[in-house]
Amino acid sequence: MERVIVAMQDPDMGVKMRNQRLLITVIPHAMTGNDVIEWLIQKYNITEEEARHLGGLLVQYGYIYPLRDPRSLLLRSDDSPYRFQTPYFWTSSRWPASELDYAIYLAKKNIRKQGELVDYEKENYSILHKRINHTWDFVVMQAREQLRASKQRRKADRIVLECQEQAYWLINKPCVNMPLYYHYTTTIQLRYYYYTTIIHRRALGRNRVKSSICLESFMKYSEQYLHHDPIMSGCLPSNPWISDDTAHWTINTDMVGTPTRLRVERWSFSFMELLNDSMGRREFMIYLEKEFSAENLCFWVACEDLRHGESSKIILKVEEVYKNFLAPGAARWVNIDSKTMERTLEGIKRPHRFIMDDAQMHIYFLMKKDSYPRYLKSELYKNMLAKAIVPQETKKSVFPFMRRQRHSSPSPAMVTQATEDDGKAKGAGPTGTSSTTNSQI
Amino acid sequence: IGSHNFKEICFFERNKSCKIYSLSFFFLLPASALTTGIYMIFSTNPEMATQEVQPNETLTNLKAESDTLKTKLEDERAKLHDVELHQVAEKVDGLGQFIMKTRRTLKGHGNKVLCMDWCKDKRRIVSSSQDGKVIVWDAFTTNKEHAVTMPCTWVMACAYAPSGCAVACGGLDNKCSVYPLSLDKNENLAAKKKSVAMHTNYLSACSFTNSDMQILTSSGDGTCALWDVESGQLLQSFHGHTADVLCLDLAPSETGNTFVSGGCDKKANVWDMRSGQCIQSFETHESDINSVRYYPSGDAFASGSDDATCRLYDLRADREVAIYSKESIIFGASSVDFSLSGRLLFGGYNDYTINVWDVLKGTRVSILFGHENRVSTLRLSPDGTAFCTGSWDHTLRIWA
Repeated sequence: MERVIVAMQDPDMGVKMRNQRLLITVIPHAMTGNDVIEWLIQKYNITEEEARHLGGLLVQYGYIYPLRDPRSLLLRSDDSPYRFQTPYFWTSSRWPASELDYAIYLAKKNIRKQGELVDYEKENYSILHKRINHTWDFVVMQAREQLRASKQRRKADRIVLECQEQAYWLINKPCVNMPLYYHYTTTIQLRYYYYTTIIHRRALGRNRVKSSICLESFMKYSEQYLHHDPIMSGCLPSNPWISDDTAHWTINTDMVGTPTRLRVERWSFSFMELLNDSMGRREFMIYLEKEFSAENLCFWVACEDLRHGESSKIILKVEEVYKNFLAPGAARWVNIDSKTMERTLEGIKRPHRFIMDDAQMHIYFLMKKDSYPRYLKSELYKNMLAKAIVPQETKKSVFPFMRRQRHSSPSPAMVTQATEDDGKAKGAGPTGTSSTTNSQI
Repeated sequence: IGSHNFKEICFFERNKSCKIYSLSFFFLLPASALTTGIYMIFSTNPEMATQEVQPNETLTNLKAESDTLKTKLEDERAKLHDVELHQVAEKVDGLGQFIMKTRRTLKGHGNKVLCMDWCKDKRRIVSSSQDGKVIVWDAFTTNKEHAVTMPCTWVMACAYAPSGCAVACGGLDNKCSVYPLSLDKNENLAAKKKSVAMHTNYLSACSFTNSDMQILTSSGDGTCALWDVESGQLLQSFHGHTADVLCLDLAPSETGNTFVSGGCDKKANVWDMRSGQCIQSFETHESDINSVRYYPSGDAFASGSDDATCRLYDLRADREVAIYSKESIIFGASSVDFSLSGRLLFGGYNDYTINVWDVLKGTRVSILFGHENRVSTLRLSPDGTAFCTGSWDHTLRIWA
């Protein structure tokens, strides 16, 4: 059915669209019943009777709705106007309409124009009001919010939306006359068991690891990070929140000249730790440059930028990455296995955010298995570790009642946008700011 | 049946290995009639062999199938469960006396504080409250730096952008809006607001992914969604919860592609951000899951629930591995977070307290008092030096 509808809306080959006139407002994208039937006859080479039957079903299922007499769900083969229902309201994309949604719709109608509710709607409204009275505040609030949002739209859009919504509810209104729980909870249960079955089926196909192995890793992790956990082991020179001294933060900024020993040690815990620290990443880049394999890290950074950057720049970025890293003879060509390269190059023809994922993962694991362990054994790293400082623990203040002055710091919002596109916060030094910064350690 | 309005709801599972076509017909008669019937049609092959079955029978069949699978799954999971966490943890030293105090109290909200988030600079935070106010503080000096009044009440979600230049928030307005933080005192922040996410029910949680450009949201409409901030476009939606989704957390993994969500259906689901599929699901809680948080290594996550317990789920073992509970704790846990090393789990509870758990041994290390109403939100600072709690008593506290 949806395939038919999509074909009908084709701008070249679809049903002829006309404008609908409503007093002074003109609403585009309307068509006559006759147009629909003619189109069906033409397209599918069927008789008028069959076309009328098919068209009638389209109306009954809510994919097309009548504009002149919305409550009569028939396809008239004359010049009565019809419109396509928006996919948002297609019955296949919407969950079984809940009482709550219906209540909100009725409340909206009621608020918008008193007395606009038809008899059976008034009945349903009062039944629902009694039944879900405990959340009625929520219903009214939602209705008001939605009305307020719709007021901000152009009149033509607003009318279209109202028509679409009305058409949807004409077809999909939950039957509130039913015994209270039958319809509502059965639907919920069906939905619940449907999804659960799928998930369980999928889960049965998983590979699982023995508990003893998994749990052992928690011991190891906690032990490894014990001294890095300020709440467990304290931090040097002191915890800023306890001592009011921001030295701990000052000596750990991105741009600091000499890093602390703990920080450099942490780079050896995992490749991710090294890359997540901007200083670690910088150092690793220097090392790779010495090894003539810096293009790997550059490629990885470019892929991260693609994955997390603006949607509008995706095509541009993919082109850049291809030009710099993947094209034959590229300046910084990366060595990816032929299968991945083939797949990536094929995918570039239709670029999207995740197109470089395979290649990026390949290079990531290459660096992790090869360059990273060698970096940790290199002179560069060992020197870094040797000259890293271990700050002195600040002696607790002799006069515990004297509180230190708490200084402000420049807001990240004030610092000019970081040159890196990955949006990392930069703790750059202040330039003529009004706040004082604590420079003494 | 004749000329009735009837609609067909089609669910299609795009799983190559098993095609389940489930069609349910709802026969709705005009309101004057008083009967409604529900027919379920099942088919497991593409030829769509159909059989009409009575409604109750079909629900029973579906339930039976689901239950059988669940038992089978539990058996499989149990086979590999050869040891308990606290047994493995016997060889680890116990924790000594634990002293943490309130180091800062942030006063300024006029109503219940519902959510907060830290800035990457380790000292600034954003918080939101029931009266619609969103405030950015320098928690170290306790100064307020920005304030925005949202057009709706109950701002249940707020998040700080990784760059520190914007905040996102939302709640009963069903939207998630991004406000760029301007330092011009005269500028009205609300004017620059950008509407990003649109749900059909309240926004319960939001989080930026690795950059300012994408936001992940969860909503009372039972779905989670990934949005492009620039265009407001929906990039991916995640369906699978069968009730309100209350919380989410992004995984700190190498490939950075998954997140976990918890909901009122007592389920915690792990999702693949790229495909939109639910890759793992855990259902052991006995009530709504209010909060989920990944273990620092990304191999596990903890959850806090209205059933007064916090639980630890291991992703590789694919099961729950620890329960943090005490008979004396009878109020729900609203918010959880780990310490930097993952050894401690902090839980904010509805009985106004914070319980500190030894993750490995499963015992409670400490209980912290201070708030005068329920603790609604709790987060560790980015460098692990402190954690912040927000409460219905209108204040936020920094503990260290």
